[in-house]
Parts: sequence; C-alpha cells; structure tokens
Amino acid sequence: MPETKFAPWTDPNEKPLIQFRNVTKRFGTFTAIDDQSFDIYAKEFFALLGPSGCGKTTMMRMLAGFETPTEGTILLGGRDIAPIPPNKREVNMMFQSYALFPHLSVRDNIAFGLKRDKLPADRIAARVDEMLKLTRLEKFASRKPHQISGGQRQRVALARSLAKGPKLLLLDEPLGALDAKLRQDTQFELMDIQEKTGTTFVIVTHDQEEAMTVASRVAVMDDGRIVQIATPDEIYEAPNSAYVADFIGDVTLFSGTAMNRAPEAEPIQETAEAGTEAAPEEAENPETETVDTPKAVTDIGVPVEPEAPISGEPDAPEPARAEPAPAAAPAKAARGPQPNRMGLWLHDKLWAKVFGPRTDIVRQLPPPSDAERTLKSAETEPVSAETSRAPGGGITIDWAEGQPPLIALDGPEVKDGQQVQLALRPEKVGISKTKPDAVNALKGKVIDIAYLGNLSTYHVELENGMMIKAQLANTRRISRRDITWEDEVWVSWTGTAGVVLTS
Amino acid sequence: MKRLTWFNTTSLTLGFAFLYLPMIILVIYSFNASQLVTVWAGFSTKWYGELLRNEAFLDAAWVTLQVAVVSSTIATVLGTMAAYVLVRAGRFWGRTLFSGMIYAPLVMPEVITGLSLLLLFIGIGLDRGVLTIILAHTTFSMCFVSVVVSSRLVSFDRSLEEAALDLGCSPFQAFRLVTLPIIAPAVISGWLLAFTLSLDDLVIASFTAGPSATTLPIKIWSSIRLGVSPEINALSTILIGIVAVGVVTASLVSKRQLMRQDADEKAAVRAEA
Ligand SMILES: Nc1ncnc2c1ncn2[C@@H]1O[C@H](COP(=O)(O)OP(=O)(O)OP(=O)(O)O)[C@@H](O)[C@H]1O
Ligand SMILES: [Mg+2]
Repeated sequence: MPETKFAPWTDPNEKPLIQFRNVTKRFGTFTAIDDQSFDIYAKEFFALLGPSGCGKTTMMRMLAGFETPTEGTILLGGRDIAPIPPNKREVNMMFQSYALFPHLSVRDNIAFGLKRDKLPADRIAARVDEMLKLTRLEKFASRKPHQISGGQRQRVALARSLAKGPKLLLLDEPLGALDAKLRQDTQFELMDIQEKTGTTFVIVTHDQEEAMTVASRVAVMDDGRIVQIATPDEIYEAPNSAYVADFIGDVTLFSGTAMNRAPEAEPIQETAEAGTEAAPEEAENPETETVDTPKAVTDIGVPVEPEAPISGEPDAPEPARAEPAPAAAPAKAARGPQPNRMGLWLHDKLWAKVFGPRTDIVRQLPPPSDAERTLKSAETEPVSAETSRAPGGGITIDWAEGQPPLIALDGPEVKDGQQVQLALRPEKVGISKTKPDAVNALKGKVIDIAYLGNLSTYHVELENGMMIKAQLANTRRISRRDITWEDEVWVSWTGTAGVVLTS
Repeated sequence: MKRLTWFNTTSLTLGFAFLYLPMIILVIYSFNASQLVTVWAGFSTKWYGELLRNEAFLDAAWVTLQVAVVSSTIATVLGTMAAYVLVRAGRFWGRTLFSGMIYAPLVMPEVITGLSLLLLFIGIGLDRGVLTIILAHTTFSMCFVSVVVSSRLVSFDRSLEEAALDLGCSPFQAFRLVTLPIIAPAVISGWLLAFTLSLDDLVIASFTAGPSATTLPIKIWSSIRLGVSPEINALSTILIGIVAVGVVTASLVSKRQLMRQDADEKAAVRAEA
C-alpha cells in the first residue's frame, strides 16, 4: 500500500491553497453561488462539473478576480484575495469564450503575458515556441485568430494561459472543441504539466469522462451549490445523492420504502426457488448472458454473482471488483464500492509510476457487516444451490406493487419505512434469459439495445413499466447475439451492487 | 450582367444629373477665361493662378486646416473617453442623463450652439480667433466621435480586457494594448468625421471667428455676397478634387483590406483540410 498516495484532503495538517469561506455571490437578486465553503489543495486537479448555469464560471471568475464575493471570503495561501486586483494575482484563466486578442498573431497572443513580465526577448521566444509545440500550433504561429479553426483557437487560449506557468490555473472548458483524439492527448499533456510544474488546476468541464480522467477530485454543482466533492471513483461508486448519481454516468434509480433486514441469514423464497434451475445452468448453459462467475465463488455458495459486466478486454488484468480472490477474501469482494474501469486504467497507466501499485480498497469502507460475517462462516460449509440464500443484514426496498423487494446489503443506516433510492449502474446489472441465482433478479423485456463497440447497453422494461439499463462487455464477438429486441429476460445484481441513497 | 431597361436607365440618368450637374457646371466654369461667370470665353487656368496669389484665401485655408486637425484630434480623445466611460462604467448615478446629454448637441440647431458659444466667449472675455473656433468645433464634433466610438464599444467583448488584466496588464495597459488597437477603426472614422465636420462648418465658425481669423467656408460665403467670381469656382473645384481623391482612396483601401482578409480566411480553411 503506497503511503505517497496523493490525497492531501485527508490530511488534517495539510494547508489548503484555496479556501472558500461561506462565499455567496449574487447578481442583483439572483444568487449564483450560495454560501459555499470548501478547500482546494496545492497540486490538485480540481474539476467542477455541473449543468449549464449552475455557477461554475462564476466560481472561477471570483478566483481570477473579475467578480468579488457578495459575502464571505476566498483565501489563497491563507491570504484574503479580495483586495488583490486580477493583474496582481498569480492566477491565470482560460476563458470559456477564449478571449483571444484579434489584432495579435497566435504567437503574440501566447507571448502577451510573458511580455508583461518584462522577460528577456529570447526567453519569451523560447517559452512561446515550447507552448506552440505543446499545442501543435507551430504551423499557425503567424496567423491571426480569425484565420484559424475553432479547435485551434481553443488551443491558443490554452497555450496563452499556460505560458506564464502560474501557481493556479483556471481552465473554463478547455477542451470542448477538440476531437476525441486530440482531447485525450491534451488531457494527458495537462496532467503531465501538472506533474512537472506542480501547478494547481481548477477545470470546468461538461464532459464527465474528462473529469474522471484528469481530476484528483470532482465537485458536482447544482444551482449555485456544490453537492458533492470526492475523488472520481468515489463520486462514481458512492454518490451521496440521486442528483450526483444521475449526473455522473448512467444510472437506474429505484425509489421505495426501506425496511431493515434481520441480521441473521434468512432464506429468500424467490431466489431459493430459482436457484434450483439457475445455478447448474450458470456453468454450462451458454444462454446465461453473464461473464462466467469465478468457480470458487460458486463452490462456496456465495450467492452474490453473476457479476457480469467487467472490463472490456477479458485478458486484461481484471479489476478487483470482478475478481473476488477465491475463498481468501470473499467478504471484501462482495463489498462495494470499487474504482470504475476508467479509474483503474488511469492508475495503471499513470499514477502507478508515481504512487506505486494500486490497492483496491476504497477509502471509508464500512466495517464488515453482519452479512459479510455470515458469508465468512458460510465459507466453511459448502452450501448447495438449492439452499442459496442472501446473507442477512442490509435493507429491503419495497419499490413497486407485485414486485419482489430489492435487497441492498450495505449502505447508510435507515429507519424502517424511510423513503430511499437505490442507484444502480448499468455495468453492475447482469442480463440472462433464464432466471439467475442472484440476490436481486427482476423479469423484463428488452426494448432497445445500444451497441457501443466494446459495450452493449440493454434497455429492459420491467413488468411494472420501469426501464432499467444493463451494460455488458462485448468480450466475445458473437456473444449475446441471442438476446434481441422483445426478448423476455432477467436482470440481476448483487446485494452490494447498488448504492442506497437517502437524499 | 443584366441589361438595364429604359426606365431604369432614365431614372439613373436623371438622379445622377440632379446630383452632379451643378458640380459639373461649377468645374467647367472654373476654367472659363472670362471674368463673367455666365459667359463662356474659352479655356483657361488663370483663375487657379489668381487663387494662389490671393493671400486672403490662402490664410483662410491655413486657418481651416489648423482648426480641423486640432479640433478633431481633441474631440477624438475626449469623445473616446466619454464613450468608454458611458459604455463601461456600468450603472452609475446619472448615467442615463449623461448619455442623453452627450447626444443632445447632435440635434441642437447649429445657430443655437454657435450663439451660446459666442455668449460664453464674450462672457469670459476670450478674444475670438483660431482658439475659439477650435474650442467650438471640438465641442460639437466630440459628440459625433462619442457616438461612433460607443457604438463600437457596445459590441466589444469585455472578456478581452479581462484576459489582458489576467495576463498581468494594468487597466491602462489593457486599454492601450488591447482595447484601443481593436476599436482603432472606429476611432479613426470618428476623427475623420470630426475633421470633415470642422472643415465645412459655416454657422458655428461665423459666430466664433473673429476679424483675426476666418475659415475657408466663411471666406467663400462672404465673397459670394459680393458676386460669384471664377476664383471661387476654381477654389471649389480644388475642394471637390480633394474630397473625390479622399473618398476613392478610402474605399480602395478598405476594399483591399477586405480582399486580404478574405484570402487569409481561405488560406486558413485550406490549411484545415
Ligand atoms: N454578470 C452577471 N449578471 C447576472 N447574472 C449572471 C452574471 N454572470 C452569471 N450570471 C448568472 O449566474 C448563473 C451562473 O452563471 P455561470 O456563468 O457561472 O454558469 P456556468 O456554470 O459557467 O454555466 P455554463 O456551463 O453554461 O458555462 C447563471 O444563471 C447566469 O445567468
Ligand atoms: Mg461557464
């Protein structure tokens, strides 16, 4: 476990670079930022995410000095920045509208800030060349902004804001106009710059995948408030509200009434009865539309699989979520949340070099629940499929008339009868033609199939009319051809796949 | 090219005749050898020679030029500043009043402007001469400059100035290095407008000019009252020539600029592909 993991926000001794203290910004009677307090640490890559008009640009403009908070203070390195004019702040901003100087060439635009610092001409020229190279604009250096394309303009704006190498860099949708390839390259360039120079980045983006790729922490905003600040994997796997779950990635939300379950393991009628056919089929029947459940798990009778949707490439090192170390730590495997694929991939590609190999335990895991203890004891005595049962503990959620209640094994404490929502990511939902042996299994009909190359998303209409999405990796070329439109299918997920939300 | 119908041809001819016939007659008679304006006595350029020897006309021309250059320059500086403040300063107290007052002199009858300036100069005991004409012309042409410049500033993207500040400019540097170069075309046309207004102003100048200094329009006007002389025709022809050259040059320059910009953009598109 690497001690050098970059997480200054967990360290109480760490001094934040930026502190928002009860900051409110009003335009007339309209409140754009509503009493926000949060910290951003040095060397962070802090992403602001949120719908249009929620106040992201306003937040940045306050940092850059173009707006002053109506109430509250912003501290930069412990000092109130209110009296410092924008040109005296060690902050550079890339504007959402680019704001390129139309009367200057690309080169002069990039050199503009450096010239104000009265650097020697050769130093300026060298730095500008470096920036031109970085943004691949060498060919356009002598053009005027109106003579280049939208994406090139965006790169000029980016280069101009990077040139001075400020302590804090504010990027307002820096990559929106770039094509996918160039965007990805630039994202890595930014992360590279960040690593080399230790600059702190605050970046606004509409692209949540981008936020996931580059950010150390993501702040999801709604209507002038930050709803959640967390690392990308946390925000994806453990959203604190239905709003965040819905905003970041695809999600199916079940609303219902929660009931605490008995801590003792108890037989689940539906699954037990289903298990008679489903479990044997699981091993041989090609109709079961799930990635094969690791054998060991079946052996010990942990009835939490099928864990269908895992990584795109079957031979890539599997994310830990999909690979419960057989028998050794099934309890851990059964526990969510775990980093998503993007997070894992990123770590392996980038952070691993710096921070060492990853550990797959996410921070703030709940202590082993009763359910898991039950599981542990179950390891010793092989349980046959017929007696398959969900471990005790957790809650049931009554969500629709005539539908079996959903079972969630971990999550926040709830009162009996409390209204909750279960947020379920499509990649955690398995789909099969026969009833699987799973804690949660619902019957439905395939309405739509979205083929996304490496993934397929099935839109399944449940018996009560609700739509649920199941996403499966297309690991085999002709896999799952047999599930098509209008098919009767079962969707299933484990007791820990969903996130229980109380707000 | 479409052929013109007889109707279009006729109206075109009549329209242009209406506009240019008086001027053409004036130009032709400026080459008349006769002293009498209405009798043609053969071609001659002697009146142009006379004109160059006429000290009074030359003096008036010199005064006019001085007044026009100085007053339009001051008016441009003041008018640009006023426009900048009115557009940029946001909603300060009395903003609407101020912007209304800036435009008032545009619609004020010139006689009234001239008269009130005259009263002012007498009141403060300023001798009428080149200085008073300059002041008077600055006063009224400043409004025109301010209108031209503020209409440009309204569409000026404020974030450009913010970007300049962000990159380390002081507010004045931001204005000098970013705002001014971008609004320069509007400032220049404001100057040109002020210059021409000053050049051909008769009413206000006649209120504020003194015996020591007269402008060309006043001179022409007063000599016409003694009868039209071929010399005046020659002078007018020269003025027409100057204006024509100016207009043609300006349109050629702006056309060239447009064409170059067009070519630049085309080149950019090609580089894309
Ligand atoms: N100068 C202003 N005067 C009045 N209202 C403003 C002003 N600037 C922003 N607002 C309002 O404040 C809210 C937040 O604006 P902001 O520009 O921060 O949104 P944003 O999150 O950046 O949106 P987008 O993603 O579309 O860029 C918006 O509702 C906007 O209308
Ligand atoms: Mg914005």
